[in-house]
Amino acid sequence: MTSNLLILYEAPALGLQLAIDGLLIGAVFALAAYGMALVWGVTNIINVAQGEFVMLGGLIAVLAAEQGVPVLLAVPLAALCLYALGWALYYTVIVHLVGRDMFNSVLATFGIAIVLQQLMTHLFGGADRIAVSGFGSWFFLDGLVVIDKMKVLVFAACIVLGLALAFYLSRSRQGQAIRAVAQKPQAASVLGIDARKIYGLTFALNAAICGAAGALAATAYTIHPYGGLSYTIRSFMIVVVAGLGNLGGVIWAALSLGVAESFAGFILGAQYQIAFVFALLVAVLVFRNWRLRRQRRYLA
Amino acid sequence: MMALLEAVGVTKAFGGVVANDGVSLAVAEGAIVGLIGPNGSGKTTLFNTITGAIPIESGSIRFKGKEISQLLTGGIARSGLIRTYQQPRVYGGLTTRDNMLVSVSIRHGSFAGLFRRAREEAQEKVDELLDFVGLTEKSGTLAGDLSFGQQKLLELAMALANEPELLLLDEPTAGINPALINDVIDRLKVANAALGVTLLIIEHNMPVIMDLAQHVYCLAHGRLLAEGPPQAIQNDALVLDAYLGAA
Amino acid sequence: MSDARTLTPKRLLLIASLLATGIVAPLLFPAYQSQLTELLLFIVFALCWDLVGGQMGYNSFGNVLFVGLGMYAAAIVQVWLVYDVGLYNAARGGGTAFVFDASQFLTGLALGIPAAVLISALAAWLLGSLVLTMRGHYFAICTLGLGIAAGQIAAGIPWIGAGSGMLTPNPPESLGHVPLLLYYVALGLAVLCTLTFAWLLSTRFGLALNAIRDDEDKAEAMGLKTHAAKVTAWVVAAGFLGAAGALYGNLVRFIDPIQTAFAGATIGVWMILMALLGGRGTLLGPIVGAIVFQVTKELFWTYLLGWQRVGLGLLIILVAVFFPSGIVGFVRERNAASGGEKP
Repeated sequence: MTSNLLILYEAPALGLQLAIDGLLIGAVFALAAYGMALVWGVTNIINVAQGEFVMLGGLIAVLAAEQGVPVLLAVPLAALCLYALGWALYYTVIVHLVGRDMFNSVLATFGIAIVLQQLMTHLFGGADRIAVSGFGSWFFLDGLVVIDKMKVLVFAACIVLGLALAFYLSRSRQGQAIRAVAQKPQAASVLGIDARKIYGLTFALNAAICGAAGALAATAYTIHPYGGLSYTIRSFMIVVVAGLGNLGGVIWAALSLGVAESFAGFILGAQYQIAFVFALLVAVLVFRNWRLRRQRRYLA
Repeated sequence: MMALLEAVGVTKAFGGVVANDGVSLAVAEGAIVGLIGPNGSGKTTLFNTITGAIPIESGSIRFKGKEISQLLTGGIARSGLIRTYQQPRVYGGLTTRDNMLVSVSIRHGSFAGLFRRAREEAQEKVDELLDFVGLTEKSGTLAGDLSFGQQKLLELAMALANEPELLLLDEPTAGINPALINDVIDRLKVANAALGVTLLIIEHNMPVIMDLAQHVYCLAHGRLLAEGPPQAIQNDALVLDAYLGAA
Repeated sequence: MSDARTLTPKRLLLIASLLATGIVAPLLFPAYQSQLTELLLFIVFALCWDLVGGQMGYNSFGNVLFVGLGMYAAAIVQVWLVYDVGLYNAARGGGTAFVFDASQFLTGLALGIPAAVLISALAAWLLGSLVLTMRGHYFAICTLGLGIAAGQIAAGIPWIGAGSGMLTPNPPESLGHVPLLLYYVALGLAVLCTLTFAWLLSTRFGLALNAIRDDEDKAEAMGLKTHAAKVTAWVVAAGFLGAAGALYGNLVRFIDPIQTAFAGATIGVWMILMALLGGRGTLLGPIVGAIVFQVTKELFWTYLLGWQRVGLGLLIILVAVFFPSGIVGFVRERNAASGGEKP
């Protein structure tokens, strides 16, 4: 580990590379986190299968690309498939969980995560996959810093999608209905808004967002059926740090996480990168809770 | 005689809203003191600061001569300061009897003492107190299945089982069947006289306070508006203004 | 104490008959010895989860942390008594180079299991102050993170075999029926666990745990030392989980850090399922749940081979959504409705 730190010190260009790589993937984290915050804020359900939705989106994009579908069409395709899956899951499972103790929803969505993970392994095999785009890279600093053009495209696309979602939530009728239900479900139903449909829409929308995020990620990064839980934990961490309803905070936290993970992966070694993510989650929660306890409150 | 509880200049703000603004009160040992005021005047907030549930911005709160404003709820409770809540809080998944058993002198007992089965004296005390509040028939019922009024009575019994020196009661008669309110008042008087429990009571029900309290404090907009014996308070112009103005 | 907690004659009879069954079962069904041993360990897992989860309301998704710690602690002690652990793992522990004779093997177990208990309990005590101050889903996900992080970290430590895992000592031929030995040790552990928890739950401590579950802030405001109670329950559960982990490692022989020791997505969530399925917050529930789960799991493995994990995932969803009060809860509600006595 110390030798890796020395390398960083001696080759600042490497640090720059790691930082840029971290920022670029951070946008994908931000999108997944935004979706999780949306479902959490509206239905008070933590979707432990969030990461599996992302992975599934990625795998659909990979399959599509292998069938010759242009990479940029694979993204809306994956989003659409996940949207449908989201509605299906809502009407079979999620609808029964709304309004109940959060433990049931954490456990049930964990179950969904396991089912999806196993199905993905069966249908797509256990190996890493990637949808090759062939866009090439940019080279800076005499080739010391390499930036994949696809990664930049993914970054931009995630930001655009995130902004589009924010716009939809604030301007469209359905978006406003969603926000109304999130704030005061009873009042919303008095106004004629069907809360059940809104919950379903929110969940399906989140699934679509994850699908898009995953499809985008698959074009530039490797996807693995077992990579879901890490994404779920990342999303949860980002939402805890940023707070519900704080898009700016989500972006900032997600990008920071991306950068932190990037550096950790290099300094600690790639085999510890996932351990870092989970250990960081514990640290974030403990720290957040400690801060609140000084005011005689706690994370709730 | 030193007051059992003495709050001096207690100030608590939530963001921009000052819920308690320099409130001072004193409760003498063995007394029954009332705390009244229109909704939103800061009464429950004051209770929350006294019991350590929320920290204060400034001021001092002394219980039995010791400063407690920097202490946490558990420590304050263990020194003898117990409270009940506006919405009764009982352990819903346990039976009435078990609620009582887990409350008997729990603030006194050592942690290791928890690992013994409830002793004979504890069982007797539970029977006595359940009888005192009239819940003996409901011993085996889950506390969560009791009615609102029954839960309030259980909560009171649990508090008394805990041998408090000072008991803070937040609207003890609210939501109780009017026909039973006199029963509650009588029981509180007995608890005070026979068991020696000092009482500080938040109430909206004026006849109850006039009957029970020896001294009354009135809050409005987070500040202490008036204090004195019940009759004086009842006729105080400021107090009437506060209530009528708020209505 | 109320009826639900005392050991009525009816219940004593039930426990006695379970015990009798437990003693003869491996002799009647020798082909299923390892599944039966696994069942006994699952009973311990489920009981331990329920003590902290069902009884106290702290739903942990990371109890695998203690199972894994116990597993590794015991295996390490068992090997370390005779050989250099690093070398043993570098050589993948197998073959003829690393032989354990009967007394070495037995000593290893005899010292390994207490070591497992100590390490797990210590870890629980150290982590407890940090983690038990969190509530609800934050506690749940924090513990999940702990469990998985532990597995990932273990997978990076070469001394214990890193990602390739570690083998527990080869039982010597001269010892005869080691699986049977393991079974009876596991039976002893399960009985000890059940009796310990039955005792704990019959005292005011048991009531205190339930009070914390139902309204922790109220309990704190009544002067109950909630932190001490929480840590105690957590440490006791961790100790038993560690011991069970030690035995589990010796049962499956091969300890994979992520798939076996710190298996968050399998054992970690199965123990929750067992407690829920049987009936959380009761003593009998986790035991019943473990039995039903084990039978179901074996059926799935036999008839749904390849898709068994999907089947279990579906079962988790079904129970969490439609059957959260579990079997014991269901029976009690039916009895209460017909005015009968609680089972």
